[in-house]
Amino acid sequence: MPEPISGPTHEPLPEPIPGPTREPVPGPATGSALEMRGVTAGYDRRAPVLHGASLTVGDGEAVGLLGPSGCGKSTLARVAALLHRPRAGTVRLAGRMAYGFRHRAPRELRTTVGVVFQQPRLAADPRLTLADLIAEPLRATGRRAEAPGRLPALAASVGLGGDLLARRPHEVSDGQLQRACLARALVLRPRLLICDEMTAMLDASTTAALVAAVEEYRREHGTALLAVGHDRVLLERWCDRTVDFGALLPR
Amino acid sequence: MTARLSVQELSVRFPLRGGRTVAAVTGVSFDLDPGECLALVGESGCGKSVLASALLGLLPGNARVGGAALLDGLDLLTAGEKELARRVRGRRIALIPQSPASHLTPVRTVRSQMEETVRELTGAGGPKLRGAAEAAAERAEFPADHLDRYPHQLSGGLAQRAATALALVGEAPLLIADEPTTGLDRDLVDRTADELRRHVDAGRGLLVITHDLAAAERIADRVAVMYAGRIVELTGAASFFGAPGPRHPYARGLLEALPERSFTPIPGMPPELDALPAGCAFAPRCDRATGDCAAVPALAGSRAGAVACHHAYSHAPETADA
Ligand code: SF4
Repeated sequence: MPEPISGPTHEPLPEPIPGPTREPVPGPATGSALEMRGVTAGYDRRAPVLHGASLTVGDGEAVGLLGPSGCGKSTLARVAALLHRPRAGTVRLAGRMAYGFRHRAPRELRTTVGVVFQQPRLAADPRLTLADLIAEPLRATGRRAEAPGRLPALAASVGLGGDLLARRPHEVSDGQLQRACLARALVLRPRLLICDEMTAMLDASTTAALVAAVEEYRREHGTALLAVGHDRVLLERWCDRTVDFGALLPR
Repeated sequence: MTARLSVQELSVRFPLRGGRTVAAVTGVSFDLDPGECLALVGESGCGKSVLASALLGLLPGNARVGGAALLDGLDLLTAGEKELARRVRGRRIALIPQSPASHLTPVRTVRSQMEETVRELTGAGGPKLRGAAEAAAERAEFPADHLDRYPHQLSGGLAQRAATALALVGEAPLLIADEPTTGLDRDLVDRTADELRRHVDAGRGLLVITHDLAAAERIADRVAVMYAGRIVELTGAASFFGAPGPRHPYARGLLEALPERSFTPIPGMPPELDALPAGCAFAPRCDRATGDCAAVPALAGSRAGAVACHHAYSHAPETADA
């Protein structure tokens, strides 16, 4: 394993970075769904939340990441979802470099990862109907035309029936809104789904229903999963393996 | 001072435009004694938070309220806002809020907020104020050497204790905690539950509103399960979480959905509160439903255990693991 990189600046990486940085998306990607090496990230340069973290999620694999709140696991999830740029280290999605030495995530890579957060009311634009909310990533990537063909089946797979899709966030329950956020995360058919405390605010039955919907989808599409949370019983029941956050850091 | 809460046939309706009505709470009755903790469990939108707002007199103006909620003879539902503000909230009923961070004022130290609340609720002033605020902090085990910190300098656990300390200043005999453990880690959940339990053991009544069954199991003496605005089962926590288990099909399904158990969701989703089906609201999702269920089942039984179902499970659970 390469030495983790620390410090405020990007050092040259200990492993070679393959390929030019701006190549178009190749056909079916190979390799692990997610590979993070020596990732340092945070909001305060002197006190990074993450320091040299490494984590691999195999293709189609479900990994549960456990840790107490404030430990940095949500920052790690945001880096993996390409929502937060690390200060050091490398991130590969589906074998392709997302972040590395002087390297920004290419736009196309964003479609390989979908993410669901803990609080659907913070994540959902209150002006959109659930149907528009789910289709948002299609619109953002210029693929709006695919929405009518894809939405009904996808919405049904997360348990959202017809008339709910015409409602706005304040007209549905937390559980229903979170189902819509899950559908939105899946609408671009990502290779990796990241669920960051997806069910922490939900009751037991809605939790089990959302997990069942994720697993049904993964069986069909082979999507890999990184489930981040603090509930060990839940993640052990849900995932192929679980890792404690502390084990990702260099000793 | 102790207090006994008796809620009788409480209903809350919200009229909608177009003549429809949201039936948020329907015919809810329960008693809560001093030194007792009742956990009100159910999914979001089942009416449990509306029920808490009704008890605190915090419903929006368009709500129509029926029934009674007697706190030592005072009906909380008909008392005037002045009476509630001056003599009830903070003094006889205290709310422990869902997210302590949003309940604390970010730009003032914990000490200054404690002192203000102490002054308001007890009239203490001058040199006595400092000691009274410190004593109030100590009651919630908030460390004295953290009193001069600002809320953002506190861990989640300490922020929760600060909010609890503020709620306890008026020594209200009845506490209502609204989702006190949401978003907390399991060991912080356990600690928060244990701290709340201490106040119950000191003689206070505690109504905990939660979707977290593990927290309810840890803290409650009795459990009330709400579904579509009604209490469908009200029973002792030991028999609910242990043997013989819940008797209502919904309550049973909720417990079975836990990852510690069969991790199987209840099929379907709860009904809309503005379009409740006639009869038992759980019928479309219930595998025991028959023609009888076209009539709403009444909550029947004793204080030891009551259930609202035409075909409740008997005491020999049929689906228990061998
Ligand atoms: S009354 Fe009927 S439908 Fe309702 S929970 Fe009982 S068996 Fe099921």
